[in-house]
Amino acid sequence: MTGTELIWRIAGGSGDGIDSTSQSFTKALMRAGLHVFTHRHYPSRIRGGHTYVEVRAAEHEVKSRGDGYNFLLALGDSFARNPQDEAYYGNEEAKPLSENLDDLREGGVIVYDEGLLDESEIDDFDQRVEDNDWHVYPMDLRGIAREHGREIMRNTAGVAVTAALLGMETDPFEELMSDNMGGDILEDNLTVLEEAYQQTAELEHTHELEAPTAEPHDDQQVLLNGSNALAYGAIDEGCRFIAGYPMTPWTDVFTIMSQHLPELGGISEQVEDEIAAAALAIGASHAGAKAMSGSSGGGFALMSEPLGLAEMTETPLVLVEAMRAGPSTGMPTKPEQADLEHVLYTSQGDSNRVVFAPGNVAECYDQAREAFRVAYEYQIPAVIVIDQKLSGEMTNVPESHFDREPNPDLGSTLTEEEIAEAPHHASGKFNRFQHDPENGVSPRSIPGQEGGRYLASGNEHTPQGHISEDPDNRVAQTDRRLRKLDAIREDLDSTDLDRQTAYGPDDADYGILVWGSQQPTVEEAVDRLNDDGHSVKALGVSDLMPYPKQDVTEFLESVEECLVVEMNASAQFRGLTQKELGRFGEKLTSLLKYNGNPFEPGEIVEGFDVQVNGGSEPPTAQVRLEPATGD
Amino acid sequence: MSKSFSAIGSAAQDEEIDREVFTPGIEPQATWCPGCGDFGVLKALKGAMPEVGRTPDETLLVTGIGCSGKLSSYFESYGVHSIHGRSLPVARAAKLANPGLEVIAAGGDGDGYGIGGNHFMHTARENHDMTYIVFNNEIFGLTKGQTSPTSPKGHKSKTQPHGSAKDPIRPLSMALTAGASYVARTAAVNPRQATEILTEAIEHDGFAHIDFLTQCPTWNKDAKQYVPYTDVQQSDEFDFDVSDRREAAEMMHETEDKLYEGEVLTGRFYVDEDRRSYGEEKRSTGEMPEDPLAEQYFDDDYDWERSYDLLDVHK
Repeated sequence: MTGTELIWRIAGGSGDGIDSTSQSFTKALMRAGLHVFTHRHYPSRIRGGHTYVEVRAAEHEVKSRGDGYNFLLALGDSFARNPQDEAYYGNEEAKPLSENLDDLREGGVIVYDEGLLDESEIDDFDQRVEDNDWHVYPMDLRGIAREHGREIMRNTAGVAVTAALLGMETDPFEELMSDNMGGDILEDNLTVLEEAYQQTAELEHTHELEAPTAEPHDDQQVLLNGSNALAYGAIDEGCRFIAGYPMTPWTDVFTIMSQHLPELGGISEQVEDEIAAAALAIGASHAGAKAMSGSSGGGFALMSEPLGLAEMTETPLVLVEAMRAGPSTGMPTKPEQADLEHVLYTSQGDSNRVVFAPGNVAECYDQAREAFRVAYEYQIPAVIVIDQKLSGEMTNVPESHFDREPNPDLGSTLTEEEIAEAPHHASGKFNRFQHDPENGVSPRSIPGQEGGRYLASGNEHTPQGHISEDPDNRVAQTDRRLRKLDAIREDLDSTDLDRQTAYGPDDADYGILVWGSQQPTVEEAVDRLNDDGHSVKALGVSDLMPYPKQDVTEFLESVEECLVVEMNASAQFRGLTQKELGRFGEKLTSLLKYNGNPFEPGEIVEGFDVQVNGGSEPPTAQVRLEPATGD
Repeated sequence: MSKSFSAIGSAAQDEEIDREVFTPGIEPQATWCPGCGDFGVLKALKGAMPEVGRTPDETLLVTGIGCSGKLSSYFESYGVHSIHGRSLPVARAAKLANPGLEVIAAGGDGDGYGIGGNHFMHTARENHDMTYIVFNNEIFGLTKGQTSPTSPKGHKSKTQPHGSAKDPIRPLSMALTAGASYVARTAAVNPRQATEILTEAIEHDGFAHIDFLTQCPTWNKDAKQYVPYTDVQQSDEFDFDVSDRREAAEMMHETEDKLYEGEVLTGRFYVDEDRRSYGEEKRSTGEMPEDPLAEQYFDDDYDWERSYDLLDVHK
């Protein structure tokens, strides 16, 4: 493994600066020409507790977390102690070291802060080190930080030790610090960095692991997570109004939008609850702005009612559902893909919406743009489904991916001149909800426009907007609203974007079907399987409603068997696929994981192995195989 | 696309507005019962609009669900007939997106004080520049006569056959406490005062809450439940300063106690001309654009920034 791939895990307590330290480290590696990917694991707790971030870096493209890791920087949980140095959340001080050992690969490196941690507190530590050929470097990171700066700078000392042990220069780290801080803080950090680096250089190295190296990237790269990419897609598509209520992990998108919108001439509103949030987005959209709201599982449940209002009044609306493990408040900081059916079927009546599930960070940008385009063009709610994994993971994306023109077009909206020409009913009033358009869309007016008055009612209404229970009108209006989905399917099929992501050799005889955030992990597993002599391809499905029947049918017809990979216990996407296609049940085996952690590529490889070798035993205790059922 | 909001605000100065333009060309079949107080609200609103000088195209009326929610069907303007209790969040975002619109929200006592109580509190707190009319007939009408948040203690209904054990909501005091800058009570049986108060409320720059007493002849059998009434501004008996929060609060408490003793006091109870509306506050902190949001989309020359520059921090 020397030189080819580094998976660096930095562990400590929440609030100890693990996140920001890992981001700087990742950015330095990206600037050095490497491909990077981060994976966050944190508890639902503000300070203390055990948290880690994994940074995977290689010369080749890295799409997901790896299997385990090979370098641990254990910083200690400074917040597990109160000022009297007595543990008050139980003794959690040793966790940054002990909790992470299971995943550390053979031959891996351990650096721990001996100012905060004591290896003798961990049972069998020496034995495990010997058995696994680990290389352990106790360093007094806290002491170095205290002596040359401040205690909080022990993270900087940890990065310096890492760099020294892996044969990296300190220049990129110094550069990043200079970008982000100044004055005494900068000076002290630089001193801590230098001191820790020197002390490490004097140590005798016993390990072989080195940092991977690469030529500088051809294109300028940016380091982004899914929430950032989604927010930038919304901004570029002209979204200038957001309303929300904080809930993990949706808060990331909400925060990013709130920080930028005022500067861009937009408005952000933090409101009393999620019902209000979605209703505000409807109000702003109705009044002629591009608006969005969103939440996570439980908050999205509250939006069920306004979601239906947007559909019935044909008000464009974009919602984000950033899934976390449920039911109820579930596991607030852990990813799951178990809200699929909730998102598809919530709200009463013959209710329809567009649902997109981006599969990686770059797609978050593209599909946010598409969600706005479709919502405003077809006057329908569009939901973008991501999860806690995609929301927070960071990877490098070429800057050119974002270099597209802004689109403030409000979609199917009339000008005052067009309103004057539009069909009016007997009283001279604008016919808002016509029956006849082929794609189901009746262009709208915006309050304030002359001659465009109409009533947008959540009750069934006539083409003129009057509340009506007339049976003929009911059928005509329902049919028209439902026609939109067919038109949207055609529209999506005709766009340049490769909406469903095919991966692997066309003629492979085994398939893996995946949706959302697990797509890149599956792609990595496909590469490994094909390298091992198997014949496997994958299809990452992004369109959940309207469902891409043709694409998935063609894919499933071309393979003998198919594994459906998703993070839930009830095989929701497999269920959707069978419902939409009405067949293929005998071909589909589910590989499910729902323990709060996303798949590692190796788990998919193992799941495949068990499946093709005829077994149905779970590959590990953490995942479950659900065999094909037949139709 | 052409400029589409150029007309807003100009009609008032230019020409007189006839109240009849607020009557829909095709009168939808009214579903309110004969003798319903809701007709009084409609009439007062139609009377107020010409006084304010707003045209139907410049006005957005957002209603909730229930008998009160039908108001948007019988009033000619832009309208949203939204969902139960949610007229306020829809309305206030429309106002933020297009401050040029005259935004009026309406709901019933169940709609506005029950299911929408949270929105009431927060919209008042933020002091949005809009008018909120709550049709208060002390009963759920459209669902056929259940106890509402303003029904008197002991009120018997099919859902509270032993009589309600709850004290009624005190809407005026709630509005004041939450932060509304204009609080009044009027009644359908007093059309002259209702029109005056509505006019004043709509012209008020901030959140104007009107508890509008509307008799329900079907479910609250006494159609004359709010007669006789006393206009506190017209009576020598009541002397208080409407701009003084403490005096207003005391007067409201008295009014709210007396309502259930059969003495109906109406009028303006609190008027704060100095407090800035939410939009103004938000603009002062840089959180609201100078160019109305909705106009940006219709301005061909508007300079749309894109995320490209935001990427710098990610390099």
